[in-house]
Amino acid sequence: MNLSPAFPTPILDAVNGPYWQALAAGELTFQRCEQCHHAWLPPRTECPRCLSDRPVWEQASGAARLVSWVVYHKAFNPAFADRLPYNVAVVELAEGPRLISNLVGCEDESTLRIDLALSFETRNEHGTTIPVFRPRSV
Amino acid sequence: MQGKVVIAGIGQTEFGRHEGRSTYSLNAEAARKALADAGIEKDCVDGLFVKFPTSNFEFMYGQKLAEALGIVPRIGGVWDQGGAANASLVGYAAMAIEAGQCDIALVTFADNPKSGTRQAYQRPWGNDEVHGWFGVPAGYAMIAQRHMQQYGTRPEDLAAVAMACRRHGASNPRAQLRKQLSLDDYMASPPIVSPLRRDDCCLVSDGGAALILMSAERARSLKVDKPVPILGFGQGQTSWEVSQRPDLTTTAAKVSAATAFAAAGLTPADIDVAQIYDCFTITPLLTLEDYGFCKPGQSGAFASEGNLELGGALPMNTSGGLLSETGMPGMQLIIEGVRQMRGESVNQVPDAQHCIISNQGGIMHTHSTLLLGN
Repeated sequence: MNLSPAFPTPILDAVNGPYWQALAAGELTFQRCEQCHHAWLPPRTECPRCLSDRPVWEQASGAARLVSWVVYHKAFNPAFADRLPYNVAVVELAEGPRLISNLVGCEDESTLRIDLALSFETRNEHGTTIPVFRPRSV
Repeated sequence: MQGKVVIAGIGQTEFGRHEGRSTYSLNAEAARKALADAGIEKDCVDGLFVKFPTSNFEFMYGQKLAEALGIVPRIGGVWDQGGAANASLVGYAAMAIEAGQCDIALVTFADNPKSGTRQAYQRPWGNDEVHGWFGVPAGYAMIAQRHMQQYGTRPEDLAAVAMACRRHGASNPRAQLRKQLSLDDYMASPPIVSPLRRDDCCLVSDGGAALILMSAERARSLKVDKPVPILGFGQGQTSWEVSQRPDLTTTAAKVSAATAFAAAGLTPADIDVAQIYDCFTITPLLTLEDYGFCKPGQSGAFASEGNLELGGALPMNTSGGLLSETGMPGMQLIIEGVRQMRGESVNQVPDAQHCIISNQGGIMHTHSTLLLGN
């Protein structure tokens, strides 16, 4: 009998499918507008700048910076109770798009600063490949 | 605007736990008291402006409430802006009265997340839940962290906001939490989503609160006791989710306040007392900066110098705010603003002429400002 709470893995659809499929292949991608060249995440069907319906997928370099972060000391979803405390961060890719992610390799939170340089890695989370970021060594 | 429409009546239930009571019942009690306070019968209400209960969305809630109240409004319905909605509804009601769409408006809100479900406040944010990104406090914590890093804002500065609200709430017999907070208490308060601690977070409350609006002329003809003029109002929308927002430390409160100040012909220097939405301690700090009461990055020092306390430069949340009076989103701040302008607050600011009120919703997505006079 399995009593562990269901882990909230992403529900794939026609819009976000390519993002998660690329991650499964180890690649972080974002959308860019074919018309005005604006770049963004999360996946959408229309460009939020010019409203064109022709976004194309592009591979990210993996370079990013830390916008902000928090550390959970309370589990709002029971599936995360066994990993408290854990961090969640807002990360900005070198190409511009921002995303919610987690930081790895920074057990000492006092070393974190806004605008810290980060590098993309992948992590297996209950069978789904998710993007995480590690502070870049200087 | 400048006082053509007034708040003629205020009413509220007790704040806290109302086990087994529906939001219709809480709205009805608040409305009954607001009507009595204005000295009018319900049959003359022909506008009904409602914020739906945050914890439980129901289709056509405004109509169901009109039925429960036994009124047949000409204009009415539900408006969704999260926590900004109540102040915005005051603006819409005032515009409707000025445009001749209704004569007397009831603006009302009730919710029961304490005895019912508080799921709405713990929800995941789309596919980002795979990263553990849940709940409302985390969004505000993300903003607080950025502000602290960018400007050197300290936990002691966040504490100053909570301590002022808790001090004011302690002397308010209607407040749900009447216990002062010391800096030591605050620092010992357990982290929820750091940098936010438990004492940075507002209460969870059941309750209802309501207002009666009419033209100043109508209030004169009905001989309303102490009508409080609405001098100006404004709104602003940040729109982007926290992860997508180009700047985490400024919000559309700036646009909202500019609109309200322009309508009223006032500036921040004219304000004697403030009721600022304090769902989390970081929220008033950003709002005070966006409103022009202090420069970007200086709200922490402004708060910890005691300016938000009674006797300070800008006494704030004189009935305790969301951190102490009740966690219900926003209407209590408007009611306390009315009491201050009537000279009836338990923490009355002497000779207060102008009160500013903020309501805001989501993770600082929506913002609404009211300016009241006396």
